[in-house]
Amino acid sequence: MTIRIFIPRDAAAVACGADDIARAIAAATQKAKLKADIVRNGSRGMLWLEPLMEVEDNGVRYAFGPMTEADASKIVASLAKTPASKIKHALALGPTEQIPFFKKQTRLTFARCGITDPVSLADYEAHGGYKGLERALAIKPIEIVEEVTKSGLRGRGGAGFPTGIKWKTVHDTPMGQQKYIVCNADEGDSGTFADRMIMEGDPYVLVEGMTIAGIAVGATKGYIYLRSEYPHAEIALNEAIRNARAAGLLGPNVAGSAHAFDLEVRMGAGAYVCGEETSLLESLEGKRGLVRAKPPLPAHKGLFGQPTVINNVLSLAAIPYILSEGAKAYYDYGMGRSRGTMPIQLAGNIKHGGLFETAFGISLGELVDDIGGGTHSGRAVKAVQVGGPLGAYFPRSHFDTPFDYEAFAARDGLIGHAGVVVFDDTANMAKQARFAFHFCAAESCGKCTPCRIGAVRGRETMDKIIAGQNTDANLAVVEDLCNTMKFGSLCALGGFTPYPVSSALNHFPEDFGRPARKLPAAAE
Amino acid sequence: MTAFEPWSEERTSSIVAAHTHLEGPLMPILHAIQEAFGFVPEAAIPVIARDLNLSRAEVHGVVTFYHDFRREPAGRKIIKVCRAEACQSMGCESLVKHAEDRLGIECGGTTADGRVTFETIYCLGLCATAPSAMVDGKIIGRLDTAKLDKILSETGA
Repeated sequence: MTIRIFIPRDAAAVACGADDIARAIAAATQKAKLKADIVRNGSRGMLWLEPLMEVEDNGVRYAFGPMTEADASKIVASLAKTPASKIKHALALGPTEQIPFFKKQTRLTFARCGITDPVSLADYEAHGGYKGLERALAIKPIEIVEEVTKSGLRGRGGAGFPTGIKWKTVHDTPMGQQKYIVCNADEGDSGTFADRMIMEGDPYVLVEGMTIAGIAVGATKGYIYLRSEYPHAEIALNEAIRNARAAGLLGPNVAGSAHAFDLEVRMGAGAYVCGEETSLLESLEGKRGLVRAKPPLPAHKGLFGQPTVINNVLSLAAIPYILSEGAKAYYDYGMGRSRGTMPIQLAGNIKHGGLFETAFGISLGELVDDIGGGTHSGRAVKAVQVGGPLGAYFPRSHFDTPFDYEAFAARDGLIGHAGVVVFDDTANMAKQARFAFHFCAAESCGKCTPCRIGAVRGRETMDKIIAGQNTDANLAVVEDLCNTMKFGSLCALGGFTPYPVSSALNHFPEDFGRPARKLPAAAE
Repeated sequence: MTAFEPWSEERTSSIVAAHTHLEGPLMPILHAIQEAFGFVPEAAIPVIARDLNLSRAEVHGVVTFYHDFRREPAGRKIIKVCRAEACQSMGCESLVKHAEDRLGIECGGTTADGRVTFETIYCLGLCATAPSAMVDGKIIGRLDTAKLDKILSETGA
């Protein structure tokens, strides 16, 4: 009997030694004369356990991790006599899907990630893949758009704009002209890696989602704009695209239909601002990534001046589920105007870091304390930054905030791309505020003055505050700069840099040489 | 690390020609140029501009906009350490300081003997296994002083 052994090809696993462990597993199986299939799967998302090895036994996968080469060799050697379920080892974790972090999730977008061989089309189809496309081809394009609108899906890149409305706008532009689907895979926010994980762990779901988008709006060409920091995702995507093309799922007649659609991966070059959609389009056109003024909207005049749907990886990857299971199935998850699930990324100084897909509505405290297990260092949590470098720092007193676009906005924060970065009590929030300005200065495209100049002045002023010079007067300058940037910048880079700065200052004034804030008695 | 080709006009032109069928070919061309020569030589700019019918200023503008494109050859080993928030929360700044001290250069520089280029990168998407780094294109998670020292020792620093 052939045993199936899984060791991820996901970059986070590889960065912790998964390639070496895969070689050790192969050597150990040969030595033990074990018949084994070694599958390089995606990651299950429990990244503190990576590299996570799994061994199948009677259809159940047993987890072992975090693996070392020596442990992997030892465990594999013992498989010759003992089934995986009976192996006693310090790193044996039992059935993977019974691990609480995994069991508590609602995996719609990430349903296959970590389970299948990411580049095997047969595996994808065996696990429900391309069912969404099948349905999309059976209904009218406008019905696809309506389905997406009814699902309540909002842009997962950060802005939260209803995806269906974007699609409708492009759908309604005259037919017969070139239209484009562009996938924003420029996942630059620190603390986020969901795009990377799905592109490496289930690339076909993105290919299928983009194909459906193309059919819905009448676009024949799609581009995935991928950041250059993600070389493993590039490999997986290109392999998936090649296989899909060979199977006739991309090309002049998608799945034998009259619809043409093809895809190309394009690499960015290390510019954070290219995650802003109009800057991304400029970059794709081969220009400096300068932000465009809107209007015109990309839906009317996007890539090369043509009508363009530009969506985040997670938005497009949610589409196959919505089509195959129906809008209602997706809409039934979530709260308020935040429908469906969100792949939340727990990162930074956290004990159980990883990807946690769940319906909107879970509280920040539950995510950090219960799911994440508190800090990695074991010290107290001081602050949590949600939504990347442009997201607000929340103190513990905000841990009752539910994960919902509007609830975060009401507390002067944002969900963004749902990265949650935890800091322990050694963090200095004045330094974090300085970094927010520094990052904005380094990454500003330079087109608008508030961002280009404001960020540099903000960093300089924060340096003075940190050095204790004229604290009050300089803090007044920072507050003024924040206002100018927030209301005067062309895009979210300059416009949102004030979020981390103001939140750090408001919640942690003692780090800025101001008296500590008296916390209101329990708000509830 | 890979050996790079010496710059030549013919090779530059042939790289451009291999990409002109693409829509918006400039970014893929610049990536290919850097892959071939290790950087984007000043002399390549007028060649690309001529072949694509762009102005030299336009090509120069694109080359200088993006952090990835080098205008000079890098050191023989390229070490990039992530210094974004998730890695900060796990102490990347002390690792940066440690490397700067051992290499005798500031982050963003190349050692005088051309052995090492040491740079900042903003986010490798390995934020739950922080701090992280990329060494000659190879990614490394859970970076600590011991792992960093091993990398630095390999460079002879």
